[in-house]
Amino acid sequence: MAQDLDYLKETPSQTAGPYVHIGLAPGAAGFDIYRRELGADIAGPNARGERIRIEGSVIDGSGSPIKDVLIETWQANSKGLYVDPNDSSAVEDGFSGFGRVISDFETGKWAFETIKPGSTPGRNGKVQAPHVSMWIVARGINIGLNTRLYFEDETDLNATDPVLNLIEPENRRATLLAKRSETKGKTTYRFDVVLQGLNETVFFDI
Amino acid sequence: MDNFAEYYQRDREWQPSALSSGYKTSVARSPQYALISLENTVSELTGPRFGHADIDPLDKDLIQNFANSGESPIGERIILHGRVLDENRRPVPNALVEIWQANAGGRYRHKKDTYLAPIDPNFGGCGRTLTDEQGYYFFRTIKPGAYPWRNWVNNWRPAHIHFSVFGEAFAQRLVTQCYFEGDPLIDKCPIIKTIPDSKAIDMLVAPLDLNASVPLDSLAYKFDIVLRGRRSTLFENRLEGN
Repeated sequence: MAQDLDYLKETPSQTAGPYVHIGLAPGAAGFDIYRRELGADIAGPNARGERIRIEGSVIDGSGSPIKDVLIETWQANSKGLYVDPNDSSAVEDGFSGFGRVISDFETGKWAFETIKPGSTPGRNGKVQAPHVSMWIVARGINIGLNTRLYFEDETDLNATDPVLNLIEPENRRATLLAKRSETKGKTTYRFDVVLQGLNETVFFDI
Repeated sequence: MDNFAEYYQRDREWQPSALSSGYKTSVARSPQYALISLENTVSELTGPRFGHADIDPLDKDLIQNFANSGESPIGERIILHGRVLDENRRPVPNALVEIWQANAGGRYRHKKDTYLAPIDPNFGGCGRTLTDEQGYYFFRTIKPGAYPWRNWVNNWRPAHIHFSVFGEAFAQRLVTQCYFEGDPLIDKCPIIKTIPDSKAIDMLVAPLDLNASVPLDSLAYKFDIVLRGRRSTLFENRLEGN
């Protein structure tokens, strides 16, 4: 026998279950306990850039919206900068880039307010189109699902995005595009996540 | 942003697969296409930072954080403690550890839980803390009860505490559950059986830790958590070694 490499194994994942709200969003579970819940305000009041709303549902294999899903979002600011632990002035004061979003228990709809992120650096000097990283947990999801939301109106940047171009079946790339609409001067993007079927959203092993 | 090292590939054969027919809810909630493998970019290598301004010191004491003045929750008082490490055995400091659980009777304080066991007026069932410089955390809480759930007709969850751990990057995100040494329901649970390797299941079972218990007050259980490890080299730069 050769020597042991001496790495540890990652702790196995388990489902967040239907009561994930107690831990991560207790106000939604029906009681107030914390001074402040985390991930409630993604961009903060000082962030520059276009204020947008993103809304959607997570749809299961039977076509039904999931009513107990929790989504975490992670994004750059409008200049394409992420929160930097070594430089607190890298982004606007109050900009966290991090959100926790839960679906409505009756309808399964969710929504969050943020600013539209800018382009970010990709690998090997490439440029990544504006996107929001998402992590999805719920009852029945054994290990959190990673996906990305891109903006359908960023046509040129999306066409050269190195991650979208990794997806070999071109028709599947569209599952990552949020659809823009405007009402009363307010920009909304619609993004449904589909867990199974022909329109299954692309999920990543990151 | 040059000092963000890349993470080792996640071992998907060690982790539960998305579809496990014994856990019925996973059948319609598991993707059917293969995951697209993505080499880390700045989007995966960064993550939010949490600090002591975000949380209250009392948040980690579930015996006190929801109790009425002068009262305590019912049940076995326990200390749950351990370290958050990465696959390189390095401690992960400043990791956000959040837990949630049922009360001693097996009932959650959640408006969607209708199990017949009573709500404990002095128990909220959630706590959160940040690891220290050595990756150490602890909670004070009540040992949760087992409870039935609708999967097969007669399925019971072993006593468990849900853990959510946020390390240094979005790629390290992990949600899991801690079980307790000696619980005969562990071997029967369809959710635990989603994990293929029994050695992996053992990682989720916290042993009784009498050394850390408080005489005449609380028993203790130790639960270490391992997040993904990262290369020691610079982002997109392998010049320094592995």
